[in-house]
Amino acid sequence: MALERHHKLLIGLGVAAAILLGKLFVIQILDDKYKTDAANNSMVYDVIYPTRGIIYDRNGEIIVGNKVAYDIIVSPREVKPFDTLALAKALNVDPDIIRSKMEYYRKYRSRIGYQAQTLLKQVSPEDYMKFAEIQYKFPGFKGQMRTIRDYPINAGGNLLGYVSEVDQAFLKKHEGEYRSGDYAGKTGIEAARENDLRGVKGYHVYLRDSHNQIQTSYNNGELDKEAIPGKDIVTTIDAHLQEYGQQLMKNKVGSVVAIEPKTGEILAMVSSPGIDVSQLADIGQHYADILKDPYKPMFNRTVMASYPPGSVFKLVNGLIGLQEGVLSPSDRYPCSRGFPYGNGHKLGCHGHASPLALLDAIATSCNGYFCYVFRNILENKKYSSIQESFDKWREYVLSFGFGQKLGSDFPSELGGNIPTSNFYNKRYGRKGWKFQTIISLSIGQGEIGVTPLQIANMCATVANRGYYIVPHIIKDSEGVKIDDIYHQRHYTMVDTTHFQKAVQGMYMAVNGGGAAGGTAFSARVEGLDICGKTGTAQNPRGADNSVFICFAPKDDPKIAVAAYVENAGFGATWASPIASLMIEKYLKGEISSPARKDVEKRVMDGNLMSRVKKD
Amino acid sequence: MLDTGNKYKRSLKQSIDWVLVGIYLVLIVLGIVNIYAAIHSADGVSFFSFDGRSGKQLVWMGTSFFLAFMILFVISPRLWEPAAIPMYLAVLVLLVVVIFVSKDVKGSHSWFEFGPVKFQPAEISKITTSLMLAMVMSRPNFKLSRIKDFLTVCAVVGIPMLAILGESETGSALVYVGFIFALYREGLSGWFLVIIGMAIVLLIMTLTTGPYASILTLIALVSLIYSLEKNRFGKWLVTDAIFLLVMALFPTIWNSILNALIPGASLAMVTEDPSVKEAILCTTNLDFLLLFKPLYLLLAVIGIGVPIYAVKAYREAHPFTWYSLACVLAGVVLVFSTNILFEKVLQDHQRKRIEVLLGLKEDPAGVGYNVNQSMIAIGSGGLFGKGYLQGTQTAYGFVPEQSTDFIFCTVGEEWGFAGCLLIIMLYVALIWRILHDAEDCRESFTRIYGYCVACCIFMHLFINVGMTIGLMPVIGIPLPLLSYGGSSLWAFTILIFIFLALYRQEKKYF
Repeated sequence: MALERHHKLLIGLGVAAAILLGKLFVIQILDDKYKTDAANNSMVYDVIYPTRGIIYDRNGEIIVGNKVAYDIIVSPREVKPFDTLALAKALNVDPDIIRSKMEYYRKYRSRIGYQAQTLLKQVSPEDYMKFAEIQYKFPGFKGQMRTIRDYPINAGGNLLGYVSEVDQAFLKKHEGEYRSGDYAGKTGIEAARENDLRGVKGYHVYLRDSHNQIQTSYNNGELDKEAIPGKDIVTTIDAHLQEYGQQLMKNKVGSVVAIEPKTGEILAMVSSPGIDVSQLADIGQHYADILKDPYKPMFNRTVMASYPPGSVFKLVNGLIGLQEGVLSPSDRYPCSRGFPYGNGHKLGCHGHASPLALLDAIATSCNGYFCYVFRNILENKKYSSIQESFDKWREYVLSFGFGQKLGSDFPSELGGNIPTSNFYNKRYGRKGWKFQTIISLSIGQGEIGVTPLQIANMCATVANRGYYIVPHIIKDSEGVKIDDIYHQRHYTMVDTTHFQKAVQGMYMAVNGGGAAGGTAFSARVEGLDICGKTGTAQNPRGADNSVFICFAPKDDPKIAVAAYVENAGFGATWASPIASLMIEKYLKGEISSPARKDVEKRVMDGNLMSRVKKD
Repeated sequence: MLDTGNKYKRSLKQSIDWVLVGIYLVLIVLGIVNIYAAIHSADGVSFFSFDGRSGKQLVWMGTSFFLAFMILFVISPRLWEPAAIPMYLAVLVLLVVVIFVSKDVKGSHSWFEFGPVKFQPAEISKITTSLMLAMVMSRPNFKLSRIKDFLTVCAVVGIPMLAILGESETGSALVYVGFIFALYREGLSGWFLVIIGMAIVLLIMTLTTGPYASILTLIALVSLIYSLEKNRFGKWLVTDAIFLLVMALFPTIWNSILNALIPGASLAMVTEDPSVKEAILCTTNLDFLLLFKPLYLLLAVIGIGVPIYAVKAYREAHPFTWYSLACVLAGVVLVFSTNILFEKVLQDHQRKRIEVLLGLKEDPAGVGYNVNQSMIAIGSGGLFGKGYLQGTQTAYGFVPEQSTDFIFCTVGEEWGFAGCLLIIMLYVALIWRILHDAEDCRESFTRIYGYCVACCIFMHLFINVGMTIGLMPVIGIPLPLLSYGGSSLWAFTILIFIFLALYRQEKKYF
């Protein structure tokens, strides 16, 4: 037994040695990877980073440019004792920062070896010049030029997006395209057009001698490659309108989206509260604070938030009713402060004249009227069951761009949600639901969710009398061609003629002239022919959301706006002035009349943050 | 002391194992030659200059020879056995004291410093623990199978190991695991080796592929061994193997079912953005399905299977079934405590090194830097290397700690695969020679001590070389006799020459 064990151990020794030798054989003889890597090690590739493309607004103003900053690099092994105070003074930093960094390098010197370390990031050119003058006193320290993003206009952090160093997850996702230490656009426009903006890296090749000093340029620069700068991008954004929208939305939670109806070009896209452009250039430093903010500034509400649309959705139901032939513009329905639907339930409404026909019902936003409309759609004899008529209704709704991603070129867009009849079958059973069960859908409440971008797109659809072009933020420009889908019209399933009624109702809502008076007088601007529709959407987390869509001018729409303000109450109080101010600013260039100036002041000073529930 | 006049006494030539001494000398000389290659360009000093590490190592070599001479010819070999206990205790005290009085060197507290002289008690502890182990186990009536004796052995090895762990010298502590081979030689059940091997497999699998795969592997291994032990391999192939295969495929199947029922289900499970999750889940009322995880099914299988086999074991009165069950349960506990072990017990830098080794994280510029550069250096050596002092990787200082822990890089780069083969064969010869001599001995004290010495050298060799070629995590322990450093060289000299002296003492008379 003992002898046997002795031999077993000797065999084990042999196996262990074979494992070591096997692996050595693989890396020394079979695998070429380590030989090329060794060549990389003695040839130094000094990367030249291309300048990133500039982002322009639709009028040619720069919204994202580049500026020069310097990183201070230190090779700890080359550092000689130095005057910390003088260095800190030149670089305009606290000496303790330098001391603690140097202490760190000393502690981990064996791990760091000859690698250069970044002592300070983004030192301004002024400070760098002061340092450069006395740089000879500090061997081992040098400056490395870098371009960083510069924001001449505050056009909104969520819209523009930020650029930051790629992390492991990103490298994995884009295998082979990036290397550790590269920068890439992570959100917003920067991410949407990353491939155009980034450019192509170049490099100088140097040789290193046996003391790790860079000696000469390799083969007189034969292998060197110039960097190719990134392409410039022209966006559809109107920088001043965007900035104005941000001012209006200050201290409110919600979104404003403005679209040019004829082209589908997004003019402004405000998500509030958002990331400030002053934080964008060095997002890493602010990232923790941004994530901690209870109002989630990183969350781009314009394309990601899914809200019930509220009364603005009545337009869609009305149009479907007209198209299906279950509603005629002259039909009048009674409404005595609501719509009774059995067992003493009543879907409430505000006081107005009764009975009303379609145009007045739109203008006054009568809840009762649209309950009748939705009932007619669902109880249409054409269809054998409520399931069939409901799915038909859903098909119509989807043709307005709801319930699925619109396919915008803006990243991280979500699709909202329009339920299917199956959803209700599962919830209530096949026989367990009827019109009364889902009556909230009549007025845009209940189980539907839409994004502010989709609401704005619906408004643009009405303005276009029946079609939309997928909203997008990039325009064609020299060198950058956008996809053809951003030129194609998408028609809804409702005929153009029916849209005239919706437009007329929206005009009356703002400018009056009907039998019952409109809900949106506050949006009226002399000479602009604004058409609008208020909405008030219930919010399970506190006060109602205020919603307003409008476009102008009525007969040649140049701009369609959707404003969605969380917990702000009735649509006419906050969303309507915000949206109409956007239109006025865009079409007139300024807010001129004293009365409108008062409205502007009230909106800008308004602070609704205390109403919003935090997580 | 020197014996004279015994007619049975053999000559010096016969009594000392000169082959062993020869291998020892060759390794030391190769060490100095390579240390010079590793530092020649950075320090810019001549081979023999005492400012450079090769010169200093020459001094250490000289002093080591002096120590070797003293041990072979001056100190009586009979002293080692009685001295084992006091030396062991004294070193133990030093091991603990050093934690509190030493300076922090790269996070560990293991060095005594007296002016320019530094020394690490952990190095000496290898010697005293080996002697102590040999002393304890060579007592008459000692039996490893007796609980009391077994626990004594555990304490002898475990206490210094714990103290060294307390100094944050994980690498040196790991060397003590090697004593298990010596214990195996002296009658420790082979199952211990199997269980330790299995535990290592489980730990690695849990970290790389997750608890599901590792528990399934555990069940597979235990059931396979169980069926082999009971001669039921055929039955195992028919029933257990098929069951295991189905279970192995289950997570994939479950995932596709989920994705078919809920579009985007896999995204919902991994996303950290609640709004995305909500957007996916609002379209379905099957979201409760996401709460079920394949692991639960596996645990349910164990929960049902273990009691059934427990009843069987009880009826058949078959201890092996009990042991197998205990293994399964202990394995499950190990799998679920792996993450706690990994996150809480290990230090930050150790965790990162293991993550890099297992390929969980890539970090060529950070923690992975050492290993990556070291593999480049060795790999670029090719078959015959770049030639002495021609290495670029080691010379340019890409490889850190090049004259101490990463000395093998210099060998690999400048001497190529041929050089590596030579060095490793020299170590194998050294270990084989010690084992051979140990088996030759009549006194169990000498034999056991010899095995302990061989185990120490083996562990250092495997861990150190394994680390430089990416087989082991970066654990800073020197390559015996080759790496720069006085205290390591002294320790291995003493370790080996005590054995030579003990061996000589026997050879002189028999």
